Amino acid sequence: MTPEELRHKAAEERTAQKRYKHCLNVCMAAGCMSSGADQVKEALTSVVRRYGMEEEVPVRAVGCMGLCSAGPLVSVEPKGVLYQEVKAEDASDIVTSVNDVPVKRIHCPTDTPFFTRQKKIVLENCGKVDPERLEDYIAADGYEALLKVLTEMKPAEVVQQVTISGLRGRGGAGFPTGLKWGTVSKAGTGQKYVICNADEGDPGAFMDRAVLESDPHRVLEGMAVAGYAVGADRGYIYIRAEYPLAIKRLRLAIRQATRAGLLGNQIFGTTFNFNIELRLGAGAFVCGEETALIASIEGRRGLPRPRPPFPANYGLFGRPTLINNVETLANIPTIIRNGGAWFASIGTEKSKGTKVFALAGRVQNTGLIEVPMGVTLREIIFDIGGGIPEGKKFKAVQTGGPSGGCIPEQHLDMPVDYESLMQVGSIMGSGGMIVMDETSNMVDVARFFMEFCMTESCGKCVPCRVGTYQMHELLDRIHRGQGTPTDLELLKELCDVVKNTSLCGLGQTSPNPVLSTLRYFEHEYQELIAAANQAHAATPAGEVTR
Amino acid sequence: MIQAVDKPQPPSDDKRWKIVDATMRRNGHDRHALIETLHTVQESFGFLDEEGLRYVANSLRVPLSSVYGVATFYHFFTLRPPGAHTCVVCTGTACYIKGAMKIVETVSQKYKVRPGQTTPDGKVSLLTARCLGSCGLAPAVVFDGDVVGKLAGPQVAERIERWVKS
Repeated sequence: MTPEELRHKAAEERTAQKRYKHCLNVCMAAGCMSSGADQVKEALTSVVRRYGMEEEVPVRAVGCMGLCSAGPLVSVEPKGVLYQEVKAEDASDIVTSVNDVPVKRIHCPTDTPFFTRQKKIVLENCGKVDPERLEDYIAADGYEALLKVLTEMKPAEVVQQVTISGLRGRGGAGFPTGLKWGTVSKAGTGQKYVICNADEGDPGAFMDRAVLESDPHRVLEGMAVAGYAVGADRGYIYIRAEYPLAIKRLRLAIRQATRAGLLGNQIFGTTFNFNIELRLGAGAFVCGEETALIASIEGRRGLPRPRPPFPANYGLFGRPTLINNVETLANIPTIIRNGGAWFASIGTEKSKGTKVFALAGRVQNTGLIEVPMGVTLREIIFDIGGGIPEGKKFKAVQTGGPSGGCIPEQHLDMPVDYESLMQVGSIMGSGGMIVMDETSNMVDVARFFMEFCMTESCGKCVPCRVGTYQMHELLDRIHRGQGTPTDLELLKELCDVVKNTSLCGLGQTSPNPVLSTLRYFEHEYQELIAAANQAHAATPAGEVTR
Repeated sequence: MIQAVDKPQPPSDDKRWKIVDATMRRNGHDRHALIETLHTVQESFGFLDEEGLRYVANSLRVPLSSVYGVATFYHFFTLRPPGAHTCVVCTGTACYIKGAMKIVETVSQKYKVRPGQTTPDGKVSLLTARCLGSCGLAPAVVFDGDVVGKLAGPQVAERIERWVKS
């Protein structure tokens, strides 16, 4: 495809879309699919056909619209009417009312904070483009960024723009992306690789999955731009095998882009080549760690290794390798199109741009949201999330998955950015945000995460392999009401050892859920232990409770 | 003595080995393709048996011990045949706090299977998943590949009952 062809295609597609008076978009991401979105789409298509309105009202499959708890979702564009919990029976009402007032029974108001408080960069196309059509993405300025870097910018200028943008890794640790790109681009010549980390293993996180299912081309474009900037001609996407829909759509997107000449050799008639391959994970949480991920792509067990050398110098097959998370790469096309300074104007001083969160747990509106950095947790949970259902009381919000912590009520007014979350004992993490109400016991929550880390520990280093097991035992004992004050002391000591002596991020961060619950909810531990002591004292001599 | 075999023969003349061969060929019989190949074997046969592991090891010239190591390291691979139907309960954080463990308990008690096991008649396998990414629909369960959300123990048991009776 030449630059002219790309622009021609975009213009052509936009005119084609304008020809339609209305457009029925059905969310076909995993959440809505499991509530029966495919039946809804079928019903809508057949009703439209019955009324002979195919020429005016097309029915399209689009990606995630965000409000997963109210699925299946259908939107009528360009009026912007949103319908929730749509059933196949509602199809004819929806179709007959496109020119009229919306159907009240299933109408979902879009002037609520859930929609108005969000700012969409990564998700800008989600719920708007058909993830299985390349033309849709091109019409939404797709591959413009790639064209721009290939025809107007030097690789060093691309790295500079990313540095100016202040973008930090969205996988959790928050390493400055520009710095990483710069290191890889300076790491000599010869074969280099770009890896997209789509091994979204944190329980309670589904941002990457939604992006890949709703807008796969955006990630491919981000990877190609990264490849040009660092001098790599080959990319790998390492994705969880548990995401069949995302895998299917990515495969299709790679095929489409390669056929259109947007990937492959001599892209846009330049000398730049870039090919992308998919690699499936096989259910190992530790493979989200970059060195373990590399081992897994090389067909070995996913064991991390000590760093340095960092993958930027010695990575996949021993070559310099750039590893970025899905969301990080999905930010790239917009940063290139609008410039780094534009991106840097959003967010806080040290955390720029927006962050996608998967809001779930005991909250009214569960789903996918994107907010500028620096909004408060209270705004996210009570305005966007709509508060706690059934009149229950808020207790804690868990961010960062098994590496993060639980944040209590008193810190709800804190702005969300990398540093503040770290300060209160949690981390930004990949973006899972689980709200807990008064019915959750925090010792149980800590035990749940410790069990996760225990099973997912790869077993290479002793502190993590043995430490997580022992901590789980202690937590389990306390939770069962058989703990002693010594157990609690031992637990604290173990947290310290495991945190400071483990080899990789999994072990180093595994005590975080325990530490944060101990920090804010120690009384829950104490109560269980006190109750255990009383029970023990009441037991007649000679009987063994443990 | 171990002899280098030029082209190992498939364990049987089952056509599915051709699919496995195709995956290995596509990757140039490179040892890096081990995980990809095991995925294909499991997709075609439902699980990884010793014959299959040996064949893959010989074809890719990887020690059998490494193949076994990889097959047992990753949770996704299973060395035992699955039941006719599978019920995967998500035990991710969101599902956990919304009562996923109650679902597991209900099913375990009613059908006398623990997570990871199959009923004696080979009809139903009960599995747990780390996170399906369907947190918006917590608690979620996968019945033979279909994700169903917002469930409770009795509803899950009812769906399983249908399998058992069929």
